[in-house]
Amino acid sequence: MEAQTKRTALDVMPVSARETTSRAFGRLHEWVVTVDHKRLGVMYILYALAFFVVAGIEASLIRLQLAVPRNNFVSPQTFNRLFTLHGTTMVFFVGMPMLFGFANYLVPLMVGARDIAFPRLNAFSFWMSAFGGLLLYYSYVGASGLYGDGSAPDVGWFAYAPLTGRAFSRGHTTDYWILSLLVSGVGSIGTAANIVTTILCCRCPGMTLGKMPLFCWLNLVMSGMVLLALPPLTAAQFMLLGDRFLGTHFFDTQAGGSAVLWQHFFWLFGHPEVYILMIPGWAFASEIIPVFARKSIFGYAVMVGATLAIGFVSVSVWAHHMFTVGLPSKANTFFMVSTLVVAIPTGIKIFNWIGTLWGGRIRFATPMLFCIGFLCQFLLAGLTGIMLAMVPFNWQLSDSTFVVAHFHFMLVGSLFFTLFAAFYYWFPKVTGRMLDERLGKWHFWLFMLGFEMTFLTMHIPGLLGMPRRIYTYEPGRGWEIYNLISTAGVGLQAAGVLVFVGNLVRSLGRGKLAGPDPWDAWTLEWSTSSPPPDYNFATLPTVTSRRPLWDRKHPEDPDSVHE
Amino acid sequence: MPIRHLASFVFGVSGAIFAVVVSLIAIAVVRFRSRKGEGEGRGDAGREPAQIYGSNRLETAWTVVPMLIVLVLALTGARVVQALQDPRRPAGALDVTIVGHQWWWEIRYPSLGIVTANELHVPVSDPRAASPTPTWLELTSADVVHSFWVPRLAGKTDLIPNRTNHAWIAPDAPGLYLGQCAEFCGTQHAKMLLRVYAHSREDFDRWVKAQSEPRPPSAMTPGRRVFESNGCVNCHALGGTIANGRYAPDLTHLMSRDTLASGIVPNTPANLRQWLQQPDAVKPGAHMPAMQLGDQDLDQLVAYLLTLQ
Amino acid sequence: MSADATAADVWLLPPRERVGVACLIAAESAMFIIFVVAYLFYLGKSASGPTPQQVLTMPILGTVCLLSSSATIAVAVRALRRGSIRAFAAAWAATIGLGVVFMVGTGREWSRLIVEEKLTPATNLFGTTYYALVGLHALHVTVGLILLTTVLVFALVGAVSRDQAGRVDALALYWHFVDAVWVVVFTTVYVIGR
Repeated sequence: MEAQTKRTALDVMPVSARETTSRAFGRLHEWVVTVDHKRLGVMYILYALAFFVVAGIEASLIRLQLAVPRNNFVSPQTFNRLFTLHGTTMVFFVGMPMLFGFANYLVPLMVGARDIAFPRLNAFSFWMSAFGGLLLYYSYVGASGLYGDGSAPDVGWFAYAPLTGRAFSRGHTTDYWILSLLVSGVGSIGTAANIVTTILCCRCPGMTLGKMPLFCWLNLVMSGMVLLALPPLTAAQFMLLGDRFLGTHFFDTQAGGSAVLWQHFFWLFGHPEVYILMIPGWAFASEIIPVFARKSIFGYAVMVGATLAIGFVSVSVWAHHMFTVGLPSKANTFFMVSTLVVAIPTGIKIFNWIGTLWGGRIRFATPMLFCIGFLCQFLLAGLTGIMLAMVPFNWQLSDSTFVVAHFHFMLVGSLFFTLFAAFYYWFPKVTGRMLDERLGKWHFWLFMLGFEMTFLTMHIPGLLGMPRRIYTYEPGRGWEIYNLISTAGVGLQAAGVLVFVGNLVRSLGRGKLAGPDPWDAWTLEWSTSSPPPDYNFATLPTVTSRRPLWDRKHPEDPDSVHE
Repeated sequence: MPIRHLASFVFGVSGAIFAVVVSLIAIAVVRFRSRKGEGEGRGDAGREPAQIYGSNRLETAWTVVPMLIVLVLALTGARVVQALQDPRRPAGALDVTIVGHQWWWEIRYPSLGIVTANELHVPVSDPRAASPTPTWLELTSADVVHSFWVPRLAGKTDLIPNRTNHAWIAPDAPGLYLGQCAEFCGTQHAKMLLRVYAHSREDFDRWVKAQSEPRPPSAMTPGRRVFESNGCVNCHALGGTIANGRYAPDLTHLMSRDTLASGIVPNTPANLRQWLQQPDAVKPGAHMPAMQLGDQDLDQLVAYLLTLQ
Repeated sequence: MSADATAADVWLLPPRERVGVACLIAAESAMFIIFVVAYLFYLGKSASGPTPQQVLTMPILGTVCLLSSSATIAVAVRALRRGSIRAFAAAWAATIGLGVVFMVGTGREWSRLIVEEKLTPATNLFGTTYYALVGLHALHVTVGLILLTTVLVFALVGAVSRDQAGRVDALALYWHFVDAVWVVVFTTVYVIGR
């Protein structure tokens, strides 16, 4: 019996509590130090979900302020912070982590590997991204600076110079915007490198690049784009930091610097970034639609080619965000043409998904419902994109709520719908339990109706001349009724999200047990238990076609004969 | 206007595409839904539909058709871009320089020697006339990026510091055309409103005459003394006084304007007084400081300003 | 089963370290391109202050050293693959030495520019873009030197063997990248820019 030389908290607890607490701490410790791609994937997703709720609340406050003209629900300064944080959070701390989370979890499983290529880099990247998000929101507390002037960033998510210069952006608001994105950018680049390396170097025997699931192809393209598109933002942000702290003149118009240069650099990142957000959504659709239509994806090779084309062309369209800047007419025409050209492979993908549905036997489970909503909304978003590509029309539509409606149709109506589909589809694999189908349908219909109310309507005020990023508007311009309808839709969307979160929580404990392959699917992750063991596969599989499980289930008609 | 025609054309094309593709989706979803007893569950290997992996003919078709549509759109668009962005300047055009500030519009007529703020007066321009009189705008900014947008008259053009952009407007009917800044420029971006008054030729000439009358130095009224001895002269310019500031609107013909604070409140004595006393109550965050004037000074100042027709 | 075994036998994928470093190189290249673009965009646009023609002198010695260090590092990696740790350590140390000479040269040039020519990042657009571009490259050289020195220390205490050749090769790839970037920076700043 040794004398205790140091008493800890555990020592003063009763024995039973001590055991539970130390087991809880043990499990928490496991998660904090994990390098397992599945755990990190789940952490990315939970992190993104938390910020999704935060950014959703910001959006709701924005819509409440805009519900009626001359409203003073929030002050102009607060409103400007709300829309800046809403955009920045949704892009960098909801979209990117959510998509990286799914890729992290699924890519190694789909290529038949035991883990991602660089597990410790994976953990490092996650914690960097996580820290970035916390840094952004710390700005509420820490950005006051010398004059007590600062708070959260309020310069818009694309932070145009010279509004972000020392003279016009006091305190440290912009610095927090820069630093949080720099930090999470490092994390993103790390994860992208990890995904590329896993796909190129860790595939199981027999899985040539042509036999890889489309999900992996699309994440390969997305990660390649991250590697090439994030660094321009990093560079521009270093330049901005230099302007703000070292007296450099990159964007300092008083000293001959160029405000337009920031726009070029930012959109050189920004446009590929929105494709980076969209492409994994298409990856989800390309896995889910075939399974619920009971048919192989239509035109695999064309889908790969179209995605590669989109990846390449998307780095040449950036100035379509700058048509009103006064670039020479030849430049404007070039970017109009390149933007129209990128619509061609995008349209091809839609046709291929329809081709997958055609002749199938469609099951309307919740994942498929979300995918059908995605198809219609993505189509509409693409068409409003075409409208915006037409330069003279863009001169009227740019910077109006029409653009806001367009990109929300892309990022919510398309990306988020496929993300919801992905949740319902892969939740059984990750947790071993099914999500409730009835709640899922409620989620779908509530969210879809609310989404259309908010964003379909929003096209109209834009056509009637309502700009974006205004904290209020004058009555008598004809915008009032549409703003009111848009705000009303928020309630339905919130209800849908509440149902979704409730479904997640409830099904964790009480969902139907799923087994390894509840959807009768065909890619390798469905050959493991649900959830998969730590090591993923006891023996590394060998594949001979694009749908290894189809071959196992249909030995009389394997894919390998047709490919 | 050409933009409206282009817009209708693009709307039409997009609408047609939407109708066709949504119908395809609807047909697919209805016709190929799995029916009862036909394989809702798992493990009915014999009842999977025919696996079609692709079709080169279809892929070609739905690549070529979009390419053609894109070609047509690109050519149409390019033509309108050229017409609007690189036209020749007619001799009768009126030159106006607009400088964007946080959160007001500085408007100068270099050939007429007029400086004003927030209200742009132009003559109507009949495109079919022998010598049309559009207004040729030179656009720049004194601080951050703004954007000039009057939806019924023209598309947007940005006002960028250290850079001059050009645009032109040609209203064909007299009236008031409302616009506002269309590039986020800070706290009061929402309230940087613009009013464009299109006048018939005679009305416009009359306005020019009224605006370009030089203000003779008036007697030193108490209000004028308040104006010149407080900080007002650091930012504002006022003809006939020592005030020659460039940071804030020119006040020479203040009472000829319909609104105050770039279009957000009507120009009445009560609003003027309120603006002078507490700008933040009218336009939170505006750069004009509250001058902390006593009531008597304030009344005298307002009385003086009311004389500035 | 034998068909599966054959498939597994000939299943060769690229080594992870190489692909990982290639990804890093792709990302860094994208970043450098932006700084090069900024440099070229602002060439000749400085309103006042020293111009490139007035104050820049070609860093011939530094360039020769840095580019030769690519050769020495290639020699080092080949020695390691053969298993001769001594030769590896010698060539590796030579690489580090050449890199250090380059950095000292940069340091002296900057000291001259700042003290004598009064050129700082805040002076004018040339100062801003010059220090940013050359500085970013110098930062990458510094990081490279730190990593190279770490490996040298490991080699000297006997912890490096032939089995780590793949990883050391990946680091060498990074060093080659740094040299390639110098070629671009040199051309932009000292050739085109004057």
